Amino acid sequence: MKRYLPWIALIAAASIPLWLHDPYILNAFITTGIFIIAAMSLNLLLGYTGQLNLGQVAFFGIGAYTSALVSLGFDVELIGGIRVVHEPWPVWTGLLIGIVVSAFCGYIVGKLSFRVRGAYFVIVTISFAEVVRLVALNWVELTQGPLALTSIPPVTLGLPGLGYYDFFSKQSYFYLVLGVLAISYIIISRLVNSRTGRAMVALKENESLAVSVGIDVTSYLVLAAVVSAGIAGAAGGLYAHYLKIIDPDVFLFLYTVTMVIMVVTGGKGTLAGPVVGGLIFGFIPVFSRSFVGPELQWIIYGVFMIVIVFVLPEGIVPAIEKWFASKDKSRMPESTQAQVQDAS
Amino acid sequence: MSVASVAKAQPALSIEHVAVHFGGLIAISDMTFTVNEGEVVSLIGPNGAGKTTAFNIVTGFLRPTKGTVHYRGAPLTDLKPHEVASRGLVRTFQRTSVFQSVNVFENVMIGLHRRGRSRLWDTLLALPREKASERELRTRASEILAMVGIEHRARDLAGSLAYGDQRLLGVAMALAADPSMLLLDEPVSGMNATETARFMELLARLRGLGMTILLVEHDMPMVMGVSDRIVVLNYGRIIAEGPPAAIQGNPEVIRAYLGEGVKKRARGS
Repeated sequence: MKRYLPWIALIAAASIPLWLHDPYILNAFITTGIFIIAAMSLNLLLGYTGQLNLGQVAFFGIGAYTSALVSLGFDVELIGGIRVVHEPWPVWTGLLIGIVVSAFCGYIVGKLSFRVRGAYFVIVTISFAEVVRLVALNWVELTQGPLALTSIPPVTLGLPGLGYYDFFSKQSYFYLVLGVLAISYIIISRLVNSRTGRAMVALKENESLAVSVGIDVTSYLVLAAVVSAGIAGAAGGLYAHYLKIIDPDVFLFLYTVTMVIMVVTGGKGTLAGPVVGGLIFGFIPVFSRSFVGPELQWIIYGVFMIVIVFVLPEGIVPAIEKWFASKDKSRMPESTQAQVQDAS
Repeated sequence: MSVASVAKAQPALSIEHVAVHFGGLIAISDMTFTVNEGEVVSLIGPNGAGKTTAFNIVTGFLRPTKGTVHYRGAPLTDLKPHEVASRGLVRTFQRTSVFQSVNVFENVMIGLHRRGRSRLWDTLLALPREKASERELRTRASEILAMVGIEHRARDLAGSLAYGDQRLLGVAMALAADPSMLLLDEPVSGMNATETARFMELLARLRGLGMTILLVEHDMPMVMGVSDRIVVLNYGRIIAEGPPAAIQGNPEVIRAYLGEGVKKRARGS
């Protein structure tokens, strides 16, 4: 049953645009989906290697800006009078380059902070995000600074001569986001359920023990940082081409906090955690908006978060798994149950 | 355990004039000894004598201030801990050291890391090699658990195991890392007599497979029972070295560490 659950969820999600025609809710699904992808990327680091990256939004923003700039083109003068002119490229190349550039930044951050763990890693990552935000804000020639990059083209796929398909409608964009989400989920699930994932968990649980059995923990930390940054960059690219406008506010700390809330309430270190947490906290503002004022919306959001963290400190998904496990045990025939008790 | 049968008395590990200073504190002043292939050597001495420091030096967790460490002729002194492990020297830790929140089987699977053959692409694309490698590792993990005798706890969380079983799991993980030489840091501390006896049987079996073993232990009956040779440390220097019988009778060792009653106690338990 558990094996098929992700596929059932995927099919259910794919059916949504078929029966849901409210553009407002569909919009909420798209933005929530983008944030779920970002939360999944954060979970790979936080849930599996145990490193809290409070600058995850940097990779999201780098993906967004890179993809937007590649598809818009730019003309900047670097130090020493070197002029760099870039003609607009197709959007899908922008998305890919955004992922690569994000992943490369993940590599740099991973390498720079490979000596530091815990609180120091958190500080390095926050600083990195802040530096990137300031660059986006002040390098006006490239990023337009606070004036924002506007008219970002929609995503189009296709080959010359074969025709193009553009993801302009909300329905089509929903499927694009769902597709990226599914691919990210598969990448992360394959990684964590392998030798690589075990090495990451070993690093999280007990680093000295991990190295004593021959695991090069640093290289796995860097690998996790690269994959995580790449996926966050993909989410950022999707965000830029969906909103069609981005400004340095995409680097706001608040977005990282949102991702952390999604991961922690859903259950860090579980594959489904960020999806469940993301759906809940993506939709609380949407649903509460219809019957309460904007002040109350965020109070409700906060209350939900506190209640979940208090009642289910490990998160929703681990709590459900535990509940099912205990039900399985009580359903076992008595003889097996006695054996289980004997063994423990 | 894939130890080539090498003629005995060929040095496997050689520690030469190693000194360790922590600022002004001298943890080890000048230590020289060797462990031959297939031999079981115990390092004993009072608390603070530098035994665990010696382990940390050999396994790359600490750099010596002076001196060199060689394993099978190659220097280890500048290697990182995981590189030392991949040369075949694997240690266990003094305090119980397991991955608490995953089950016993997964712990051994983590220990088997070095034996995995799958590359990143195999994993991401779910290529046949990934499956084959995982299947191999799972078989191997079951074998190792059976060997140390905790296979019935495979599905339990490592943190829920009794103390003695956690120590066995620590050894199982070390074995999983495919060592040619094991360094065991107080493996039976906190074990009861039955568990200790079981552990000594395990050591005997490992030794039968040709494993070289360096042991730090306070349990004298066990040390005297399993060791080919004993090295006695006190205040960071070696005060005696030799077979168990000679060590038991050595007046300096008795004064520094064993005390007069050791023979009596050894016979008693």
